[in-house]
Amino acid sequence: MSFEFPLLSLIIWLPIIFGIAVFTTGNDSNAQLARWLALTGSILGFLVAIPLYINFDVATGAMQFVENHVWFERFNVNYHLGVDGISMPLILLNCFITPLVVVAGWEVIKERVSQYMGAFLIMSGIVNGVFASLDAILFYVFWEASLIPMFLIIGIWGGPNRVYAAIKFFLYTLLGSLLMLIALIYLYQASEGSFSIEDYHKLAIPLTPQIFIFIAFLLAFAVKVPMWPVHTWLPDAHVEAPTGGSVVLAAILLKLGGYGFLRFSLPIAPDASLYLADMMIALSLIAVVYIGLIALVQADMKKLIAYSSVAHMGFVTLGFFLLNTYGIEGAMVQMISHGFISGAMFLCVGVLYDRLHSRQIADYGGVVNKMPAFAAFFMLFAMANAGLPGTSGFVGEFMVIMSAVKVNFWYAFLAATTLIFGAAYTLWMYKRVIFGAVASPAIESLQDISKREFTLLAILAITVLWFGVYPYPLTEIMHTTVDQLLAHVNNSKL
Amino acid sequence: MNFIPPDFAPASSEIFMLIMVCVVMLADLTAGDNRRYVAYLLTQITLLGCAILTFVSFSTEIKHTFYGMYVDDTMADILKLMVYGTVSAVLVYSHAYISDRGMLRGEFFSLILFATLGMMVMISASHFLTLYIGLELLSLSLYALVALRRDSIVATEAAMKFFVLGALASGFLLYGMSMVYGATGTLHVSQLTQIIQSEASSKEVLVVGLVFIVAGISFKLSAAPFHMWAPDVYQGSPTAVTLFIGSAPKLAAFGFVMRLLVEGMGEMVSDWQGMLVILAVLSMAVGNIAAIAQTNIKRMLAYSTISHMGFLLLGFISADSNGYSSALFYVIAYVLMTLGTFAMIMLLCRSGFEAENIDDFKGLSRRSPWYAFISLLLMLSLAGIPPMIGFYAKFAVLQAVVNAGYIWLAVAAVLFSLIGAFYYLRIIKLMYFDEPETTEPLVSNSDVKILLSANGFAVLALGIFPQSLMGLSLYAIQNSM
Repeated sequence: MSFEFPLLSLIIWLPIIFGIAVFTTGNDSNAQLARWLALTGSILGFLVAIPLYINFDVATGAMQFVENHVWFERFNVNYHLGVDGISMPLILLNCFITPLVVVAGWEVIKERVSQYMGAFLIMSGIVNGVFASLDAILFYVFWEASLIPMFLIIGIWGGPNRVYAAIKFFLYTLLGSLLMLIALIYLYQASEGSFSIEDYHKLAIPLTPQIFIFIAFLLAFAVKVPMWPVHTWLPDAHVEAPTGGSVVLAAILLKLGGYGFLRFSLPIAPDASLYLADMMIALSLIAVVYIGLIALVQADMKKLIAYSSVAHMGFVTLGFFLLNTYGIEGAMVQMISHGFISGAMFLCVGVLYDRLHSRQIADYGGVVNKMPAFAAFFMLFAMANAGLPGTSGFVGEFMVIMSAVKVNFWYAFLAATTLIFGAAYTLWMYKRVIFGAVASPAIESLQDISKREFTLLAILAITVLWFGVYPYPLTEIMHTTVDQLLAHVNNSKL
Repeated sequence: MNFIPPDFAPASSEIFMLIMVCVVMLADLTAGDNRRYVAYLLTQITLLGCAILTFVSFSTEIKHTFYGMYVDDTMADILKLMVYGTVSAVLVYSHAYISDRGMLRGEFFSLILFATLGMMVMISASHFLTLYIGLELLSLSLYALVALRRDSIVATEAAMKFFVLGALASGFLLYGMSMVYGATGTLHVSQLTQIIQSEASSKEVLVVGLVFIVAGISFKLSAAPFHMWAPDVYQGSPTAVTLFIGSAPKLAAFGFVMRLLVEGMGEMVSDWQGMLVILAVLSMAVGNIAAIAQTNIKRMLAYSTISHMGFLLLGFISADSNGYSSALFYVIAYVLMTLGTFAMIMLLCRSGFEAENIDDFKGLSRRSPWYAFISLLLMLSLAGIPPMIGFYAKFAVLQAVVNAGYIWLAVAAVLFSLIGAFYYLRIIKLMYFDEPETTEPLVSNSDVKILLSANGFAVLALGIFPQSLMGLSLYAIQNSM
């Protein structure tokens, strides 16, 4: 299906243009203007993404909404955009989360408002660019560029230890992606002068180079996901980032890594993927079980959710490398649902933090007495995080566990422990924060959530429940693409 | 034997420059203290005139003159135009700085113009002696420029170090050239290739000569392990002079390497490739690791230069037009970034206060958000983060290296540039994450503001649309080989 209108370009550049416009509103005397401009931009950004869903053809696994122009011919690099069933839902997720993030920072951010809002909008556009790029260099440029706004967001508006966290975040991610750049250049030589990702999919590569390419990609994507043992930047970054930063980090940026596996690692190095699948599964299971246990002992709410993110993303990589339809689709569903749930969890912690300026579980207790509406929302998201049936958190985990049973019972057994650990750490935290007697005078004076916060949490709650009960729209979109991907992966390139 | 006068046309811009240097000196002599701007304006006019002469005579034809000692080709024209632009920007940036410090005198301008003439000769030389003359004209002018503030102890010390080590390097270079002459009997760049090819010359002597030539080149490029002078000179010189040393001469050095190694010793590629690999890896390692420990911003940028020169050398390793054009692209990108960065440092200086420490960048985003943003672009570009031009420069060079089969070298290069990213990030951290010590905004003239903004945006815009500059680099190389 050809679609003449450059929809993807619009989806990428509209938020960026609005972001620049927000920057130009200048200092904090125009803060209100900056906020409204940012909200307009982000909502428009979501609205223009809707035609993507409406006009999407679920029957084909080919790229849709393709745009292809020469960018710089010196190295045959093209401005080549397109989406398939893997990238389209992620773009929608990103466009959906951005307005929420803008609203989440509405009253909380009082300093340098225009820079804060502008950075989020620009990042939103850049991330859309990552998902939509079909040219390796275009992809790489967007991929790296997404570091810049996040680095500034953590470093400027973050907590006390923000400088350390921001630099660690930047350097960790850069390490992985620089090696990916070498792999891309190698592929450019091997394909005799092409940077098209689709050309790479067809390229026959011997096993040894495939393994090296796989490892280079693995470093880039494993850091982003993040997989054990390169996950240590995530808790630091999450703890120090402002609420909006944490939401985007968990909901969007981690998905870049997962997306990379599906777009690069599996189709470009299928034989290496099969060869190293056991290792990948082992790493994923360590993330699920070991990080789950670590989450249990956290005293800081944001750290706890950060570790739970690592564990949940372990499920995603597990699903990918089981290499069957249920596994990959389940992992995709898990990615989307984790975007909603972890975003919501961080928003909930943000609500508490804005009031008490503490993230320590020990400082809370008995919040339900003062904030009943908030407690109800938090309950729902905590349950979803634990994978309760009826929420979107359940669907992905269940699909991955089912597909793991087919491959190996023990994989499934270990993966299923997450249902116990997840429930344990989430609900135990919930119990200590929300229930019990009112712990301190500060809690005594708490106000329940405002209309703004209620709207945010309600939108996310509806989404989480909707996809929990009726995930079909999601799986329908990705089904053909995933099937095609699997057929491709099972077809040796040697 | 009849004397046939040589064709002066290909060297018209050099001749014009030489005349104008004298005019600038004389004009300044008569102008008096309150009309120092005359020299400044005349210098800018000279550069413009040279640019027009070079532009008008531009052709893709390779023209030799002065009995084969001088060449005018596409690469020379493009490099020269870049040099004029760079020098002109240097003058705009440093005008306020030097007038605050009593350096706004004819000497400054005539020395800069002499140095520029030296660079032009280096770029257009096709004989080892012409190359050497150009190099010495540049170097001697630079020594004098560094020592221009003769009452400053650090500047004098820097000038002494620069002079002694520079003279040593020139000695190396001359010695190497004499070996080559001994082996081949010629110093003409164009004849060397044939003679080496015919194997009429002694290979051993040639290799020894080559080693000395490469050592001399490394001194001039400040590539490790011949980099010792750079940090001291960068730190000790007045910032305006550091800006000059760090920018335009790198373009000339690129031309120098092209003439000496590629056109002259091109037949010995397998010999110098290995040497360049060692130099490149050492430079990237020393430059990036030592830069982390620096608290003086100029010293830090000196080490950063060393690492960038390592990257530049990588482009030569693949020994094909793809690699050379990548190196040319790299050097142009590098000059653009250096200009902006040192201009920023000069903006941070006020009369009576020298911005020397990286802490002087503290809280810049609160003092002057616009300049902080420009510096952000420059730092990200130096670190090689897309979509800034610095990324494409690294990308082009890495692509050439992988193409030549040195994947391990590319991996080493990216690992060192990861280390390098840290100290650029530290500047960003100081500007954006730290509180300022003073809240007064930076003061600047409107010409500096416009040029610096354009410079910063060029770093971003050429990153988003890199084709023009990449195409130009490839065009320059392909038409000259």
